Amino acid sequence: MQRVKHNWLNLTLAHTALIAYTIIALFPVVVILVNSFKTRKAIFREPLALPNSETFSLVGYETVLKQGDYFGYFQNSLIVTVGSLFFILLFGAMAAFALSEYRFRGNTLMGLYLAIGIMIPIRLGTVAILQFMVAAGLVNTLTALILVYTASGLPLSVFILSEFMRQVSADLKDAGRIDGLSEYRIFFQLVLPLVRPALATVAVFNMIPIWNDLWFPLILAPGEDTKTLTLGSQVFIGQFVTDWNAVLSGLSLAILPVMILYVIFSKQLIRGITSGAVK
Amino acid sequence: MSAEQRPRRRWHIAVFLAPAVLVYTALMILPLFGTLKLSLYEAVDNRQVFVGFDNFATLFGDPNWSESFWRALKNNTWFFFIHMAVQNPIGIAIAAMLSVPALRFKAFYRTAIFIPTILSFVIVGFAWKLILSPLWGIAPGLLDMVGLRHLFQPWLGKEEYALTTIALISVWQFVGIPMMLIYAALLSIPDEILEAGEIDGITGMAAFWKIKLPLILPSIGIISILTFVGNFNAFDLVYTIEGAMAAPNFSTEVMGTFLFRTFFGHQTQPGDPNMGATIAMMMFLIILAGVTIYLFFIQTRMRRYQF
Repeated sequence: MQRVKHNWLNLTLAHTALIAYTIIALFPVVVILVNSFKTRKAIFREPLALPNSETFSLVGYETVLKQGDYFGYFQNSLIVTVGSLFFILLFGAMAAFALSEYRFRGNTLMGLYLAIGIMIPIRLGTVAILQFMVAAGLVNTLTALILVYTASGLPLSVFILSEFMRQVSADLKDAGRIDGLSEYRIFFQLVLPLVRPALATVAVFNMIPIWNDLWFPLILAPGEDTKTLTLGSQVFIGQFVTDWNAVLSGLSLAILPVMILYVIFSKQLIRGITSGAVK
Repeated sequence: MSAEQRPRRRWHIAVFLAPAVLVYTALMILPLFGTLKLSLYEAVDNRQVFVGFDNFATLFGDPNWSESFWRALKNNTWFFFIHMAVQNPIGIAIAAMLSVPALRFKAFYRTAIFIPTILSFVIVGFAWKLILSPLWGIAPGLLDMVGLRHLFQPWLGKEEYALTTIALISVWQFVGIPMMLIYAALLSIPDEILEAGEIDGITGMAAFWKIKLPLILPSIGIISILTFVGNFNAFDLVYTIEGAMAAPNFSTEVMGTFLFRTFFGHQTQPGDPNMGATIAMMMFLIILAGVTIYLFFIQTRMRRYQF
């Protein structure tokens, strides 16, 4: 009996601590979202109150959608993120297949070469990357961003995917070879569908850092037409420091897409992390 | 192994490897060497002239430069220290609570506590800037509720608090990562080991300190090196909250803002790619040193337990 009581006490303590921390984690986000729907007066008078019929206002959103090209920024972010993920997965899977499937001279060395980038941040090469992009005429293009994110995502992608590809049955591939399938068809038709869960894990790991990055959009593509949502909201909010309605609405509009992505992919993300893909 | 059959020409291997190797080499490896090269040159009359280690001598010898460099390094070290001392223990504690088998609503807690981690620095930076702003009064209002109003300070605007405040905001943002990784490590500990401990009378907190903690040390090592690399590469949060000048009075300067300002210039000083590259090389060496220490001195000494 004493044991049960003890356990119950421990669980209550754990719940109290976890609820307390959950409040700390969510409080700033909730405050921003709630206040973005209020009139200026209400924002300052009662910042912690929910909007009611009297204090409800969308004036901030009107300013934001009129002044900032949020849809354009959103579209740019989407193109950059989806494009980068596509190449990270395609090129990463191809390289991972080569490294895990074939024995050739320099295999281990190639694996190590590609692994350097797991630990060394690509930002350290920024000065030279900018010169390269200037020389290639790619400054202020989304292509520049896609190329950089592809390069920075590849090392971990190759590493994770080759672990998974080693587990694909050799019999299956050999059966394919006996049937006369080319190596390319074995890769695309047999192996790739089997490692789909691993591809999803890699995609989810890369998605959020790419979407949220500020450094490379700021340096490589600061033009109005190529601003990503992260850079766009940074610049926009910076201009409207005194217009609290606009700032809060701008922030809320930047939070929205990530939250939607998170709701869709959180299971995959959490499964990916907890299944030890990064161990 | 199919490779043993040795087909005559195996072009497909090259085809599979080429795209990844090309993109990675062109945008990751060559720029690192390019940066190294730039750090050994200087612009004289719009031409690049080889000057050996002169830029490094300037960085460490010229009091203007060396003062900024050491300030950035010192601040960055403090930034890292706060993460190690606050972020990782909180992450481990949350993970330990979540791993209690009888606990309910685990998925909810895990999902909610991870939310700040998915937000961009821009959102996090501005959100906290507003909340801590004396104009809005949320922070003083909350302190007032517990009778501590007199403790309120405009933390982000005071030289003595700003860096620590930003570090704590960053901790708030990234607690989710140690939480998840440690949680995964705790789940992988087999029940038999814990049951064996229980038979010997080791339960509750004692089981955590004596059995679980030693078993998750490798994961704590990984978290530490991830934190190290992330922190010495930090830029976005300081830039969003305090701007490129690392206000107030450079007190929130980290290596990243120092690099950015040197490379792009600011009001009083034009941009200097060569000195920028020199600073980037120093950051490279710092991160490389950290990774090396981890790989050769920490990771190899840790016993890996295979279950």
